[in-house]
Amino acid sequence: MLSKRLISCLDVRNGRLAKSVKFVDTRDIGDPVETARRYYAAGLDELVFYDITASSDERDIMIDVVSQVAAQVFIPFSVGGGLRTVADCSRVLLAGAEKVNVNSAAVKNPQLIADASLAFGAQAVVLSMDIVRVPASAAIPSGYEIVINGGRTPMGLDALAWARQGAALGAGEIVVNSIDADGTRAGYEVRLTRLIADAVTIPVIASGGGGQPEHLYEVLTDGHADAALVASMLHFGEYTVPEIKDYLLGRGLKMRRTAGQAVA
Amino acid sequence: MIAIVDYKAGNLTSVQRALDHLGLASCVTLDPDVVRRAERIIFPGVGHAGTAMAVLKERGLDVALQAAYAAGTPILGTCVGAQVILGHSEEGDTTCLGLIAGGCERFRPNDAALKVPHMGWNEVSVVKDHPVLRGVPDGAEFYFVHSYYLRPADAANVYATSDHGVTFPAIIGQRNLIATQFHSEKSGPVGLAILSNFAGWSGSPC
Repeated sequence: MLSKRLISCLDVRNGRLAKSVKFVDTRDIGDPVETARRYYAAGLDELVFYDITASSDERDIMIDVVSQVAAQVFIPFSVGGGLRTVADCSRVLLAGAEKVNVNSAAVKNPQLIADASLAFGAQAVVLSMDIVRVPASAAIPSGYEIVINGGRTPMGLDALAWARQGAALGAGEIVVNSIDADGTRAGYEVRLTRLIADAVTIPVIASGGGGQPEHLYEVLTDGHADAALVASMLHFGEYTVPEIKDYLLGRGLKMRRTAGQAVA
Repeated sequence: MIAIVDYKAGNLTSVQRALDHLGLASCVTLDPDVVRRAERIIFPGVGHAGTAMAVLKERGLDVALQAAYAAGTPILGTCVGAQVILGHSEEGDTTCLGLIAGGCERFRPNDAALKVPHMGWNEVSVVKDHPVLRGVPDGAEFYFVHSYYLRPADAANVYATSDHGVTFPAIIGQRNLIATQFHSEKSGPVGLAILSNFAGWSGSPC
């Protein structure tokens, strides 16, 4: 039986972490490669890097980060942010990423999912969806709408329909990121996650709102998610990877055991 | 020197980076002569079995791998590289290398909660000991990504199993050939242990 996955995402700007990450030894670390290495050593199951570099001519810095991570971190990791073409995707995969994360570019050009899936296989293509709650309407029957530009631009696209379309186009996984829950640390959008997880046959990663280990438990059980993404609860040094996993194991979930590994 | 067979089907950089990290010399090659003469061979793969076999044949790598196997060269197959060493794959109804008798079948879980591809970390139960498993605890978890699973004709070829609605072989082997359905290069310390053990393996299964 598959384990539920604990995934963390790191925002990278110009080769440095957008917000530094604090470890239990209280050191603040701004280096994405060192942070990735420490999370790997602590038993994290997977990593996501979002390149939030503003200028496209600085994207080479990210490629360098990706190849350094790939040389030291032997768990799957994906890279997103600024990937608009199959050639963009190819660069990060050749640098050593396992998967690409497509979001806004795929909303604007759904063919990107199909092209990337054909070129690299479905397992390498993660569709990230930013979603807000709206009143249900003829255009948005599920009451959940796709937004882009970090939640600022509504697209008039129903999240449930987009998830189905993305899976049909060849995405291998879906990240369900609730803009409403994001940053609240009050728990994931369980209803939304479950709605999408039940509508597709590919794995669903819950994102946005995780503040405590029980939030992960909720979304991995009631939310039918296959994996949960955490950011601040890990980055702020409030919880360690083993603490979160031990909690979930204690509640009866199957998690990859990482006994004997270093605590970060 | 470990030859990593390049057949345009996989994340070769991952395997090579893992070997670099372990201090093991390797080269990525699609030259059948290099494969024939290699001290040991890693045969990786992500992708479609039909595409993989077409590339292997076009390059003459199918014959080179069969020759290396016959000559006793230690060979490690992973993922699609493990699938195409069997005789047949349901994926694209493909005739494969046939180094081990059997085929590959698609997962068809009865339970809708079990997704295909089988993607993520899953426990591997050791059925039979093997030198490449030295130091790997029974029940350790490895990273899998696949929609088809190994079905060797002879249960004696199964060294470890995992479970996804059906108990399926996670490691199969015969003589100087060992093959894992999971990605050792993405499976953390236990995966690196398998790669390291393989680099020191004589090619004898016990």
